[in-house]
Amino acid sequence: MRRTLLILRRDLRLALRQGSDSFAAVMFFVMAVALFPFGVGPEPNMLARIGSGILWVTALMASMLALERLFQNDYDDGSLELLALAPLPLEAVVIAKIAAHWIATALPLIAAAPVLALLLHAPAEILAPLALALLLGTPTISLLGAVGAALIIGSRRGGVLLSLLVLPLAIPVLIFGVGAVEAALMGLPARPYFLVLAAFLLAALPLCPWAAAAAIRQALE
Amino acid sequence: MPWLQRSTLGLIAAGLTLGLFLSPPDYQQGDSVRIMYVHVPAAWMALFCYTAMAGASAAALVWRHALAHVAARATAPIGASFTFIALASGSLWGKPMWGTWWVWDARLTSMLVLFFLYLGYIVLAGAFDDRERAQKSAAVLAIVGFVNVPIIKFSVDWWNTLHQPASVLKIDGPSIDPSMLAPLLLMAIGFATYYFWVLAIRMQDEIMAGKIRALRLRRAESEAGDRSS
Repeated sequence: MRRTLLILRRDLRLALRQGSDSFAAVMFFVMAVALFPFGVGPEPNMLARIGSGILWVTALMASMLALERLFQNDYDDGSLELLALAPLPLEAVVIAKIAAHWIATALPLIAAAPVLALLLHAPAEILAPLALALLLGTPTISLLGAVGAALIIGSRRGGVLLSLLVLPLAIPVLIFGVGAVEAALMGLPARPYFLVLAAFLLAALPLCPWAAAAAIRQALE
Repeated sequence: MPWLQRSTLGLIAAGLTLGLFLSPPDYQQGDSVRIMYVHVPAAWMALFCYTAMAGASAAALVWRHALAHVAARATAPIGASFTFIALASGSLWGKPMWGTWWVWDARLTSMLVLFFLYLGYIVLAGAFDDRERAQKSAAVLAIVGFVNVPIIKFSVDWWNTLHQPASVLKIDGPSIDPSMLAPLLLMAIGFATYYFWVLAIRMQDEIMAGKIRALRLRRAESEAGDRSS
C-alpha cells in the first residue's frame, strides 16, 4: 500500500512538474466545446438540449489525449521494467499509475465541466448531476484506457490506435453518463444511472488493472 | 479442404435456391423478406466469429499453442466481413421496411460497435514489428472486448430498441414457418462451413508465410556470414 502511494506520488509529481499533458487536455476540452456553438448555431434552447452530450463526448475525447503516454514514457526510459521487478504486484503499480492519471487529467476536466455547461446555457440544476456523473464515469474510462495504453506499448501508431481500441469499449459509460444528466434535465430521478455508473466502476476496478498488467508483461517479455 | 469447399458451395446454392425462388414471400414484408436469408446467418456468424476469436485468443494465452494465435488472427477479417454483410444487408432491408437506411436502434448500433471492435483488433494485430508481441497484444484485446460485448449490448438495448426480437431461437420453438426456416438454416450451416473453409485457407497461408520468412531470414544470415568470413 505504501509503495503504491509512492508510485502515485511520483507520477503526480511528474505530471505537475511537466504540466503540459493535463493542461493540454483541459484546453482541448474547452476549445472543442467552444466549437460546437459555431457548428450547430448559438440558439440557447438547442445548446441546452444537446449540452450534456457535447460535454460527455468531448470529455471522453480529451481523456484519450494523455492516455497514450501513460506507460509509453516509462517504457522508453526503462523505468517500467524496474517497476515490474519491484517487490509489489504489477497490478498495484498499474492502479497507482491510473489513479495518478485520473487525478492529473480527469479532475481538471470535471472542474471545467460545470463552467462549460453554463456557457452552453444548461440549467443550474443539472450541474451537480453532471459533475457527479463525470466523477463516477471518468475513472472507468481511465481504467479501460489503461488497458488500451498497455496494449499499444511499443507499437508503430500509438495515439490513433488507442482511440480506436478504447472508444468502443467506453460506449456504456457514455450512455449512462449522458442518461444521468438527461434525467436530471427532465426532472426524473437520476439515481439509477449513478448506480449503473458505479457498478461499471466496481466491475472495471479489479478487471482492468489485471488485464493491463497482463499486457505490460507481454510487452516486457 | 475439398469437402469443406464442396459442402459450402452446395449448402449455399441450395439455401439460395430455396430462399430466393421456392420459399413464399412474407405476408407483411413481401419479397424483401428474402434478404433475411443472407442477413440473419451473417449476423449469427458475426457473433460466432467473435466468440471463436476470443476463445482462440484465450487458448493461445493459456496453453501458448502457436496455432491458436494463427486461428484468432485468421478469424478476424472473416468475422469483420460477416459483420459488414449483416450491416449492409440490414440497411438494404431497412430502406423498404422502415423507410430509412439506418436507424440508431439498439441491435444495429451494437453490431456497428462489434464491427469497430473487429477493426481495432485487426489494426492492433498489424501495428507491431515484432510478430510475437502483436499476437499477444491482440489476444488480450480480443478477450477484453469479449467481456465487454455483453455490457455494450445491455447498455445499447437499454438506450433504444426498435429491431424485432429473435424469432428462431426461442424456448417455445421457432415462430417461423418451416418453408422459411429451411433455407435459413441451410444458409446458416453454409455460412459456417464457409467460415471453416476460409479459416483453413488463411491459416495455411499464414503458416506458409511464416516458413518463407524464416527461410529468408536464414538465407540473409548465411549470406552475411559468408561476407564476413
